[in-house]
Amino acid sequence: MADITNSGTGGPRKSSLTESSAKIAKRKRADLILQGFGIGAILTAFTVLFILVASLVSTGYTAFVQTHVTLQVFVDPAEVAEERLPRGGFQEVLTASLLSNLPDADPESDARAVRNILSNGAQFYLRDRIVANPSLIGQTISITVPVSDPFDQLNKGNVDRATPEAQRRVNDREIGWFDALDTAGMIATPLNWGLITNADSRFPELAGLRGALVGTFWALLTCFLISFPIGIGAAIYLEEFAPKNKLSDFIEVNINNLAAVPSVVFGLLALAVFLNWFGLPRSAPFVGGLTLALMTMPTIIIATRAALKAVPPSIREAALGVGASKQQVVFGHVLPLAMPGILTGTIIGLAQALGETAPLLLIGMNAFITSAASSPFDASTALPTQIFIWADSPERGFVSRTSAAILVLLGFLVLMNGMAIYLRNKFERRW
Amino acid sequence: MNDMRLTERGVETKQIKMKARGVEVFYGDTHAIKSVDVDIEDHTVTAFIGPSGCGKSTFLRCLNRMNDTIDICRVTGDIHLDGEDIYDPRIDPVQLRAKVGMVFQKPNPFPKSIYDNVAYGPKIHGLARTKAELDEIVEKSLRRAAIWNEVKDRLDAPGTGLSGGQQQRLCIARAVATGPEVLLMDEPCSALDPIATAQVEELIDELRQSYSVVIVTHSMQQAARVSQKTAFFHLGTLVEFGETSKIFTNPEDPRTESYITGRIG
Ligand SMILES: Nc1ncnc2c1ncn2[C@@H]1O[C@H](COP(=O)(O)OP(=O)(O)OP(=O)(O)O)[C@@H](O)[C@H]1O
Ligand SMILES: [Mg+2]
Repeated sequence: MADITNSGTGGPRKSSLTESSAKIAKRKRADLILQGFGIGAILTAFTVLFILVASLVSTGYTAFVQTHVTLQVFVDPAEVAEERLPRGGFQEVLTASLLSNLPDADPESDARAVRNILSNGAQFYLRDRIVANPSLIGQTISITVPVSDPFDQLNKGNVDRATPEAQRRVNDREIGWFDALDTAGMIATPLNWGLITNADSRFPELAGLRGALVGTFWALLTCFLISFPIGIGAAIYLEEFAPKNKLSDFIEVNINNLAAVPSVVFGLLALAVFLNWFGLPRSAPFVGGLTLALMTMPTIIIATRAALKAVPPSIREAALGVGASKQQVVFGHVLPLAMPGILTGTIIGLAQALGETAPLLLIGMNAFITSAASSPFDASTALPTQIFIWADSPERGFVSRTSAAILVLLGFLVLMNGMAIYLRNKFERRW
Repeated sequence: MNDMRLTERGVETKQIKMKARGVEVFYGDTHAIKSVDVDIEDHTVTAFIGPSGCGKSTFLRCLNRMNDTIDICRVTGDIHLDGEDIYDPRIDPVQLRAKVGMVFQKPNPFPKSIYDNVAYGPKIHGLARTKAELDEIVEKSLRRAAIWNEVKDRLDAPGTGLSGGQQQRLCIARAVATGPEVLLMDEPCSALDPIATAQVEELIDELRQSYSVVIVTHSMQQAARVSQKTAFFHLGTLVEFGETSKIFTNPEDPRTESYITGRIG
């Protein structure tokens, strides 16, 4: 202001709005710097996120497809007999079919090597077909089965054919066989539904996330059913009914503390209390859900209290003013208005729980289990612990599957957070 | 018109509906109301006037125990409704508020439909046995609040979508719907235009037939137009209380005179 020259007429000083002064320039510069910092921060965050996702996709995408071989199999009644189906010679039948396509392989000495082209689980594909329809015995059927991990990797270009034979998991002859099958048009690389429909397996080409997904589902369901009502109940009591005194302050502070406790501590607590003291089953998603509920509860309480606080007091007064009881005010007016906020907080809490690994490891949800849990009390893994297990496995196939599983986990997280944002926007405050 | 009322007042002997004696209100350490005695008559409009912050709303909220909801607020003294002490521990404040309805300074409809706004009170108090009865109460209340014609075609529309003045009349309809015996109105016209104000004033005059009405207002003219009794508050004390005509024409206390002539405010 001081640099505005007085016109000398003695009247109020006038200045043009378009005239720029040092002060204005300084203010604009400060604005620009602040904006620059903001944009820089966002760019950094996005770059990091992009690198993360890109690296996961680049290692994980191969796990979304799986190399399969389609065989014309003569179901030899000499090998596969109806009366002893469960332990029939399915492997022999498949090997015979392969051998018939590989003229240079010796049916005796190479049988074992040829058989190893197929996944160990291939025989079960055939068995399931025959068990479902025993009349196929004696016929020639077409069946598509996964190949074993080394050949899967070979097909996906992860085996460098130039490296010395001794350092490869597949030798030159085997590569020759595989190429012969490939040129015969028997090799295909379809979408790998097994990643979702199969449970865990020792063989990477068969391992899938079904067990982990089911385990996570049970755990999150348990977590939700326990933490949601208790969390909301606690929040309503604290916010609407509890007297404001030292004790309620103390409780409030400790709920905030609880929300900040590292998850591994909850895992130790669960191990000591749920497993050792209550004697609940190890590795069970139910116990996992209980543990996760301990962690989710403070989040839900805090979110619910914030949502309840955000309901304007005038609504409560209005309801009280027409003679509604406290309980009618809370359940008839305040809670419905707070619900979007509560749900958003709950979903975010569950999304956090979805990715929690440490507490689940401590209660043994990293066991090797080859079937999906049929109840929350069966031993199971969960998505994050499955990732942990696979990340620990040396096979090449597990490396890409680890990344693929992480992508699946991230997909669920994005889905849940998206749902939270959708709910928040849909029920925007209307007063 | 005023003259007519004066004569009317002369012949009627009115019952005392609410009686306050030695009421003191504290917000924590703040002494907001100091030893107030007021008699609120049945079938009468009582106006509370006074400068901003003098405690009109606070005292009004004592009359239906709305102050109970403020943690730091403490009320002492006696307030009787039809001879019953409303601060008696045996009294249920919820029941009390059904009898002593309230319209707030700021319109605060529920974020629900217009119909539900009005029907809420009758529903929770079980005033209607059938849907038809409820419909009737809703229509009657909306008519009394002079808003029926504006909303009758959109009873399902949200109450929050109305204009400020319409919202205030909706709130009046909501308060009337529960059939209170006393209606407390805290500056009900502060958000209204002159036409809506006139309608509400007309309504207040009509409500007087069945209820006792207490109204807080900043408008001297309004107090003079609608009320029969006026209470002047200043700094938490009740300075003067009496016939409206007397307060406005011949106040006893110099503070009252300064206020109504615009010197305190
Ligand atoms: N919730 C509260 N907490 C603390 N003090 C309060 C509260 N409500 C009112 N007060 C105090 O009580 C005194 C009276 O307030 P009140 O709202 O009754 O005034 P009023 O006469 O209604 O004013 P206005 O005409 O502006 O509405 C004021 O000094 C105010 O600061
Ligand atoms: Mg007020």
